[in-house]
Amino acid sequence: MTAITLSSVKKRYQKTDVVHGVDVEIESGEFVVILGPSGCGKSTLLRMIAGLEEITSGTIAIGDTVVNNLEPRERGCAMVFQNYALYPHMSVAQNIGYALKVAGMPRAERDAKVLKVAKSVSLEPYLDRKPGELSGGQRQRVAMARAMVREPKVFLFDEPFSNLDAKLRVAMRAEVRSLHRGLGVTSVFVTHDQTEAMTLADRLIIMNAGVVEQVGKPSEVYNRPASLFVADFIGSPAMNLVRGFFADDGYFRHGKGGMIHLPTIAPNLLSKEVSVGVRPENVRRVPAGTKGAINAVVDYIEELGASRLIYADVDGSRIVAVDSANDALGTGMPVHFAFDTADLHVFSNDDGRRLDIATGLAATAALINA
Amino acid sequence: MERRAYYRNGTLPWLLIAPQLILVLVFFYWPTSQALYWAFTLEQPWGGGNSWVGLSNFLSIFGDGRYWATVGRSAFYAIAATGISMVIALTLAMFADRALKGTKLFQSVFVWPYAIAAPAAGVAFRFIFAPEAGIIGSINEMWPGIWNPATNGGHALAMVIVCHAWLGIGYNFIFFLAALQMLPRSLTEAGAMDGARPFQRMIDLQLPLIAPTVFFLLIMNLISSFTDSFGLIDVMTEGGPINSTEVMVYKLYVDGFKGLDYSGAAAQSIVLMLLVIALTFVQFRWVEKRVHYN
Amino acid sequence: MIERSPIFNIVTYATMILGLLLVLTPFWIVIVAGSLSLQEVSQVPLKLWPSNHLLENLEVAWTRADLGPKMINSLIVAVGVTVGKITLAALSAFSIVFFNYRARMLCFWLIFITLMLPLEVRIVPTYSIAANALQPFQVILDTLGITWLVETVSGVRVGLEWNLLNSYTGLILPLVATATGTFLYRQFFMTIPDELVEASKMDGSGPLRFFFEVLLPLSRTNMLALATIMFVSSWNQYLWPLLITTDRANFGTVVMQLKALIPAQNGTPDWNVTMAGALIIMLPPLLVVALMQRWFVRGLISRDK
Repeated sequence: MTAITLSSVKKRYQKTDVVHGVDVEIESGEFVVILGPSGCGKSTLLRMIAGLEEITSGTIAIGDTVVNNLEPRERGCAMVFQNYALYPHMSVAQNIGYALKVAGMPRAERDAKVLKVAKSVSLEPYLDRKPGELSGGQRQRVAMARAMVREPKVFLFDEPFSNLDAKLRVAMRAEVRSLHRGLGVTSVFVTHDQTEAMTLADRLIIMNAGVVEQVGKPSEVYNRPASLFVADFIGSPAMNLVRGFFADDGYFRHGKGGMIHLPTIAPNLLSKEVSVGVRPENVRRVPAGTKGAINAVVDYIEELGASRLIYADVDGSRIVAVDSANDALGTGMPVHFAFDTADLHVFSNDDGRRLDIATGLAATAALINA
Repeated sequence: MERRAYYRNGTLPWLLIAPQLILVLVFFYWPTSQALYWAFTLEQPWGGGNSWVGLSNFLSIFGDGRYWATVGRSAFYAIAATGISMVIALTLAMFADRALKGTKLFQSVFVWPYAIAAPAAGVAFRFIFAPEAGIIGSINEMWPGIWNPATNGGHALAMVIVCHAWLGIGYNFIFFLAALQMLPRSLTEAGAMDGARPFQRMIDLQLPLIAPTVFFLLIMNLISSFTDSFGLIDVMTEGGPINSTEVMVYKLYVDGFKGLDYSGAAAQSIVLMLLVIALTFVQFRWVEKRVHYN
Repeated sequence: MIERSPIFNIVTYATMILGLLLVLTPFWIVIVAGSLSLQEVSQVPLKLWPSNHLLENLEVAWTRADLGPKMINSLIVAVGVTVGKITLAALSAFSIVFFNYRARMLCFWLIFITLMLPLEVRIVPTYSIAANALQPFQVILDTLGITWLVETVSGVRVGLEWNLLNSYTGLILPLVATATGTFLYRQFFMTIPDELVEASKMDGSGPLRFFFEVLLPLSRTNMLALATIMFVSSWNQYLWPLLITTDRANFGTVVMQLKALIPAQNGTPDWNVTMAGALIIMLPPLLVVALMQRWFVRGLISRDK
């Protein structure tokens, strides 16, 4: 069983830092997803693990071995590429078996292995075809079979589903999941699709601009985002984030003179520039006149079918709420919202870190280790 | 790819294409058909136009042992020059494709031979290989008479072939490098992940994947050795010694313009044209075949 | 580059340096030999480091081969072919790609087929047409009976004649009459999206306006590539100028002069002058290629597809 340890891993191209010192422990047999917007350095990180990119500084260990100076072939990783990277001039069988051929495995043994792996991903009827004659999903399977046949210590996936259509993507997700359950091989999966990340991951690594923003289980990342970036990036529709400050009178001031009463604010949060966040699904519509309700004016409505999104203005700040009622509601009409303090998230505007609403202390460190 | 958006205009497209069409008709189709006409006729020695002689012009060149010797020589020349040039260019391109530091500098120099006029290179190589001059000359000083392209036909042919191969390096290099660079990086990376070492990746992955380019260049080089060799041979050996470097295009020139045998030369032209057309045709068939690769 | 193996890197550099030597040696020898004195160039083994006679050798070569006027001729031919080809190629490709008329594909193939047969293989008949470029039209008039008609009506016999021997037109036109440029432009024009044509139509611009204001500016790279290729190939022409110019003194090009610079079998072996002359003659296209490399490489390659 193989763990992967990244310690202060950095990558620098000429003069720009792409990855700034990443420290992560990936446990043996774990399925970890690295999630982030394009250009955040997630693929670079994966390629450094694979050995396709040089590590500028820091160390990467696979198992007990520091692999910084090992060639890709010596690291025991298999990789599924974004564009499959199948050898177009070889048949499916040759594609799957190439690594074995390179390793000098005798023909008979090789053929048997290829057949076995091909069966496990239902590619058996296509063994003699060229990749060009296969559908997108079949090519994807060849790429996975090629990775599996070597029985690697680590699976690396570099946005493998980005060329598939939505339906196939869901199917492949399930396949990868069950594959992992069956083989139990440590896997690192890079994607920019948060649904994919949420559904696949044992643990998520959220990256932004070369920095790890948060590491945690999908539910943790969703429920207790460690930073403003994670809060904004995870979840659709995105979390409502309202900039302002807590005044001495216990009111949160925002927008054009907006005031929201929030109880039990830690004293050291007072008069600090912060962002207060609440997920749209945690914003409730309440009848007019409800005590403590926030008065808003509807900007527009987005119908989703089962529910609708209300985009409303609260004294110059935008609030989005998920609403399942179906009364007539239109632009310019008043609405009233409420939410639980427990659903609130507070972030420092200085460094974007999560602040604990009760203690006012930065919560990031604690969360990352969670 | 078919276009959907066109301009509609009665005369404008014809006006635009007319100059090119007229030039092509006057300087390509007319001469080519003239060549056909001459190849099947013979000019009367006492004037009065050409008389139809059927295949006799062809029969006379095909019956001529010296012509067949020329054909064989041309084939050898073409294969040798093409082979040498392509192997060198491919090797250089493979290594240049690794894009180590400073490769750009090497790259731009490798292209230079493309710019050189064949006769100019011919003059330079003639000096380099001149038995009495100071480069090969030093070898002759050690073993007198070991090298003399002025009297030894084999030496002369080798000298011309080497020069032709050198001239082709630039062109071949450009195409090989471009083809290699067009291969997706991820294929090489996949190969590396599969455990193949660089040299093995070259043989197993890169070479088969640029096969279409290899084939394209093969044909282009063969055609070029059949046609572009004239300037080189004229400057270096004038077909000698004793015709040992006389290739098809050179013989055609000598017979047509020195010997004034237009009919014979026209027949030779036709043979050369058919050869070039055949090569081009093979090329097109291959282009069709390669479609399933992509 | 994946492997950082130092050994493989050394092999890489070693091969490339070997290639560099292979490519540069002839150039180096031309430069070295061109800078030696007659005595030095006759030495065996040859000095491999330049001496200081380059300028005087250049001068001797320049006068001996009459390179001044020949340079001008070469330049006229090279520029003429380049400009002619670019203009014709752009116009004809525009016609083929952006207009829909019945004979469009026929025209394309008529032009495209010329790619197959280089000038060298049809040199004999092309030469004969140069003696009278209007000969095809005369034949057309004769066969249609127009000559006879005009003669009987007006008493004048129509005799079309346009001799191209010993003229710049003769040197240039046959070299313009191939499809290289047309093909290159066509390839490029095919990549112009339909939407661009439609947008320009919606903006109310006609075909010529579209050609001048959209296509030409977009095809600047292609034009540079084609210009480089055409300049180099026409400067380096040898066989055609040799045939078409019997009056070498006035219409000869520099490349034709190379042979005149080679020492005679029993004459003075002044290879130093020969090499100096070769240097002058090979320099212009080499400079063009070195300066335009980036563009012309792109142009060459797009011919493949």
